[in-house]
Amino acid sequence: MAKKKTYIQALTEGLDIALGEDDKALIFGEDVGKNGGVFRTTVGLQDKYGEDRVFDTPLAESGIMGLAVGLAATGWRPIPEIQFGGFNFEPMDQICGQIARNHFRFGGKVKMPITIRTPFGGGTHTAEMHADNIENYFTSTPGLRVVTPSNPYDAKGLIIAAVESDDPVFFMENLKLYRSMKDEIPEEKYTVPLDKAKVVREGTDVTIVSYSWMLNESLRTAEKLAADGISAEVIDLISLSPIDTDTIFASVEKTHRVVIAQEAQKMAGVGATVASEIAENVILSLDAPIGRVAAPDSVYPFAQDELTWMPNGDDIEAKVREIVAF
Amino acid sequence: MTLSTAPAAAQDLSTDQLLEAYRRMAKIRKFEQRLHLENQTGDIPGFIHLYAGEEATAVGVCMNLKDTDYIGSTHRGHGHCIAKGCDIKGMMYEIFGKQDGLCHGKGGSMHIADLSVGMLGANGIVGGAPPLATGAALTAKYLGNHGVSVAFSGDGGSNQGTVFEAMNMAVVLNLPVVFVFENNGFGEASGADYSVGSKDVAGRAAGFGLPAVKVDGTDFFAVYEAAKDAVALGRSGGGPSVIEAKNYRWFGHFEGDANLYRTKEQIEEIKRDHDPLKIFRSKVEGLIDMAELDKIEQEAEQEVDESVAEARAAAEPTPDQLTVDVYKNY
Ligand SMILES: Cc1ncc(C[n+]2csc(CCOP(=O)(O)OP(=O)(O)O)c2C)c(N)n1
Repeated sequence: MAKKKTYIQALTEGLDIALGEDDKALIFGEDVGKNGGVFRTTVGLQDKYGEDRVFDTPLAESGIMGLAVGLAATGWRPIPEIQFGGFNFEPMDQICGQIARNHFRFGGKVKMPITIRTPFGGGTHTAEMHADNIENYFTSTPGLRVVTPSNPYDAKGLIIAAVESDDPVFFMENLKLYRSMKDEIPEEKYTVPLDKAKVVREGTDVTIVSYSWMLNESLRTAEKLAADGISAEVIDLISLSPIDTDTIFASVEKTHRVVIAQEAQKMAGVGATVASEIAENVILSLDAPIGRVAAPDSVYPFAQDELTWMPNGDDIEAKVREIVAF
Repeated sequence: MTLSTAPAAAQDLSTDQLLEAYRRMAKIRKFEQRLHLENQTGDIPGFIHLYAGEEATAVGVCMNLKDTDYIGSTHRGHGHCIAKGCDIKGMMYEIFGKQDGLCHGKGGSMHIADLSVGMLGANGIVGGAPPLATGAALTAKYLGNHGVSVAFSGDGGSNQGTVFEAMNMAVVLNLPVVFVFENNGFGEASGADYSVGSKDVAGRAAGFGLPAVKVDGTDFFAVYEAAKDAVALGRSGGGPSVIEAKNYRWFGHFEGDANLYRTKEQIEEIKRDHDPLKIFRSKVEGLIDMAELDKIEQEAEQEVDESVAEARAAAEPTPDQLTVDVYKNY
């Protein structure tokens, strides 16, 4: 039976299934228990699984993530929440210095099956440190998987896969997607692979590589361009680290043109990695320069101007037209 | 060294001081009550967290400070800003995100700063102020100017590791910092009785080697007296100290918070029995003409009215501002 669910509801369902399947899975963080999370993502889970499995912590991000490290090393499957993306700077050592490295540094003897859940992304009038696109800080950390779903269906399957994974997963949830779309999703358990990009729309003239909110903007743009006879293939990266380059290369070899669209600043981010992989490996398949759409290399702005600053579907459309016309 | 636990007597302050204290508290109250309404129009960008109900703490502390002293603030920073002397119009412009705001509309409510009055910044990161206030205290020590630095944090913030690091650092380096913990009972929806393990924020100070005092944060005179001692200690080279001020926030955690963890009756009771302005009035009876205090409130309201009207009409930052000031030369 499939029902229409929001991204948040899909995550709640996924977490519910993950907790139900593995009694070593634990959810904790600021206000995630009694209050069900500031975005209501963990609502009802404390009632269902008890205070030992879903619990509130003091306001202490390094401590929260430290708990996860110790729990994981001793056999648990922690699912800590960091309430807003920008608050991940506090537990940076725990995430990048401990969680990401322990499996390697202890010779494969210590597992870190941790799923760090955190919202991110602009356009909801929150504020700097709340809305930033923070993925690049984490995608440059070997040992840490960084994934982000662009729709409710993937959200549910991906959160279950993340919790089941024995690798640490930095699981990024887009604030703007939380309640803005609904999908028919199965009620039963299913998983979405953590390490595979998806071709979500097939096309022949140009490949658009994107993720999260901008993936949705890319799909809308592709629809619009189709009316003008431009056939765009759209790839949802889903995994921002490691990147599934095979899926990208295969598409680029077919369309010979590519535009990479992200909401984050341009510098040293996911798009830069994708562009350099394409340049290094399949540059001779290209009939045009690699196109990029990204935010300016400046600090995440004040709320009243965030929509001016953030890239959107119009920017994707303009860039695709430019690359196709090249 | 012990810090005063007994409130100051109103007679110990000059009439000018009393009127100034009330003026600052009234400005905070009017400012926040107005923002509560303004926010409902949807014209204020970003989150705002209101300080109403906690006025006596910021003002009781800051009445002991000079422009050359420093404070570091929190996400709930409007009261600290006003108490430290930030210009109300500059703040209102900033909160409405206007070009002529104190930070050119780029910081907004959670990042108001004004170095000209020693206000080092509100902070969107809980636990942000204590480390940087400690740094500013080291500046005062270097300069030898007998300056002090105050770090405001909440009960929730008191659990953050940065706070513990800063307290220890301040003791090790013997710095003139006052760590003020405003215990309003909640961090978002989490009760302090849950999240503060010892149930005693001030009690932690002993472990770090700091003197500490707990005061009624709704009584200006109690806060004033404790802060006077703490500031004097810092100014005289006696090092850091802790004040825990118990108070109440009147509004939700942020504007838009459903506020479900407290009943309507509880909030009404707080407003009735723990109103810092009412408490102040009761303590200055006989010393100050109540009509003067009424007048101060009217003036504060008028100033806030004007600041809202002007801020609304003021120019937005132009889009080129999005990439200005990222680097010194950008
Ligand atoms: C590092 C960090 N973690 C979490 C938050 C989200 N947050 C903002 S205010 C707050 C509660 C703060 O409580 P308290 O320190 O008691 O201050 P109060 O809001 O009561 O004034 C939380 C959890 C944040 N802004 N920064």
